[in-house]
Amino acid sequence: MSNKKLIIIGLLLSLVVAGFLSFYASSNPDGLEKVTADQGLDITAVDSANSDSALADYGVTGVENERASAFLGGVIGVAITGVAGAGLYFWLRNPKSADTK
Amino acid sequence: MPDGLINAPVSIGAGVLVAGAVAVSLKKTKGSLDSQMAPMAGLVAVFIFAAQMINFPVAAGTSGHLMGGALAAILVGPWVAVLVMTVVVGIQALVFADGGLSALGLNILNMGIVTVVVGTLVFAGLMKILSKTKASIVAASAIAAFVSVAASAFSFVIEYYLGGNATYNPVTVLISVVGVHLLIGIGEAIITALTVSAILATRADLVEGARKFLPGQKLIIRDSSVV
Repeated sequence: MSNKKLIIIGLLLSLVVAGFLSFYASSNPDGLEKVTADQGLDITAVDSANSDSALADYGVTGVENERASAFLGGVIGVAITGVAGAGLYFWLRNPKSADTK
Repeated sequence: MPDGLINAPVSIGAGVLVAGAVAVSLKKTKGSLDSQMAPMAGLVAVFIFAAQMINFPVAAGTSGHLMGGALAAILVGPWVAVLVMTVVVGIQALVFADGGLSALGLNILNMGIVTVVVGTLVFAGLMKILSKTKASIVAASAIAAFVSVAASAFSFVIEYYLGGNATYNPVTVLISVVGVHLLIGIGEAIITALTVSAILATRADLVEGARKFLPGQKLIIRDSSVV
């Protein structure tokens, strides 16, 4: 499999996972949330300063349909991580290595 | 973890530790990958971001999700993995308000550095004693992933011991935090093993942790027109 094909498949798979599968993810608290709540450690927890931002909790403020909101949140997340990943690429790539496009 | 669980000094201490680790990783990795491996780092970041969104049930009323540090370390090597995990956990906190801002250093430390270091060490240790086959690499990846999650939970317990804001019973917290993460670690092991084996099956030359164990897996330069 060529590099290009692997990357395209990887990106498409990530989009499906973040955009569609995420809607079916368990909405129960994760391990740390559950234990901190059970043990009463979360009484000192505070919302982070950006907790009412437009993309908080992987939804999009103003999109009423939950499925659409989760889809957009996931796709936007993949896109932003992709941009950061491209930044990593330029940092990591040896300029002298053969360019295979 | 959210803001407010752990006090400012310990949060700042974690932040300083993370900043140092990221600075060293940046320095060590600049221009270190050829044009075949370099895109893998970006892809691994995207995949781990997406996979972390999937909370799977682990026990009554409790879920878990992939951390991904061991997976990243095996796929792209530990130094690049620290950068990948910092990007993922950073975006979660800064863009999606998932994890506190003042707790960002703690979260990167637990999910992005402890998991990478422990995952790398366990993987390397196992590969010393196991046969140098793809099956061993997958098995070692699974065990490294499992142990990395337990280590991450343990590092939270240490941080809470040093700077927890609430009064609590240390023994109960230790048992319950590590206990639930042993279950989550099974999920981590399964996702890590599946991902590593899928890439080993298609492009074993792109798995950094496998290259030196699989003879003939020198990086293959492929023309992108041959799809």
